[in-house]
Amino acid sequence: MDTNSNSRPLSPHLQIYRPNLLMVMSILHRITGAFLPVPVFLGIWWLAALASSQRYFAEVNGLLTSWPGRLVLVVSLYALLHHAFSGLRYLVWDAGAGLDVPAARRLSLWTLFGAIATTLLVVAVFVIKAG
Amino acid sequence: MAHFHTPLKKARGAAPAHHGTGHFIAQRLTALANLFFTAFLVLLALRLAGAGQAQARAVIAQPFIAIGLIAGLATFVWHMALGMQVIIEDYVHTFWRKALLLSLNILLSGLLLLLAVASIAMIVFGS
Repeated sequence: MDTNSNSRPLSPHLQIYRPNLLMVMSILHRITGAFLPVPVFLGIWWLAALASSQRYFAEVNGLLTSWPGRLVLVVSLYALLHHAFSGLRYLVWDAGAGLDVPAARRLSLWTLFGAIATTLLVVAVFVIKAG
Repeated sequence: MAHFHTPLKKARGAAPAHHGTGHFIAQRLTALANLFFTAFLVLLALRLAGAGQAQARAVIAQPFIAIGLIAGLATFVWHMALGMQVIIEDYVHTFWRKALLLSLNILLSGLLLLLAVASIAMIVFGS
């Protein structure tokens, strides 16, 4: 049932085109989305450890709060928030609004800015609270 | 010379038909739900900042937090499975490889959600 056999010509792919904002946003939406199974897995692993023994929780919690662990968590937070803002933008488009180029670009810039700003805000509050 | 197979005859069976609309609707509805759950999750993470195991358990054992977490993780994992399905279908074209990955996608997503629900239940019922 392999209908895409190698004998067929391929349409030009990503590397052919000069990047523009809307195209980069589309790619970022997929990349951040593809990364999110990592934090979903880590979060559920942490929940399982929380339900488990003290020793196992200390081990998992220690791994996630180590410096490499923290880096992964901050990147995860950014990926989650970017995908959320970007997804909201797609829902707006699905509703038929903001489809002209200036509006689409404006929504995209707000997405980029909003994701970075909220990530920094959440990390700052977390660090202050965890002290 | 004469054969009367239309292109439709070749296309039939080559793709998982009849489920596209359901996928489209489910992806958008779970997306909407996930917006709320993302806010919930961020607030919960901030609430748990600096908490130890006993304290974190006590927070998560609260009924509205436990149920919110289960409902939210369900729509998260559901949306994740739908998204990964699209990615697999876009990039994997060998039949058996695609079938294997699509099956693993459903299986692993289900197991992950089961683990989450079981863990939250254990925390709530205190074992």
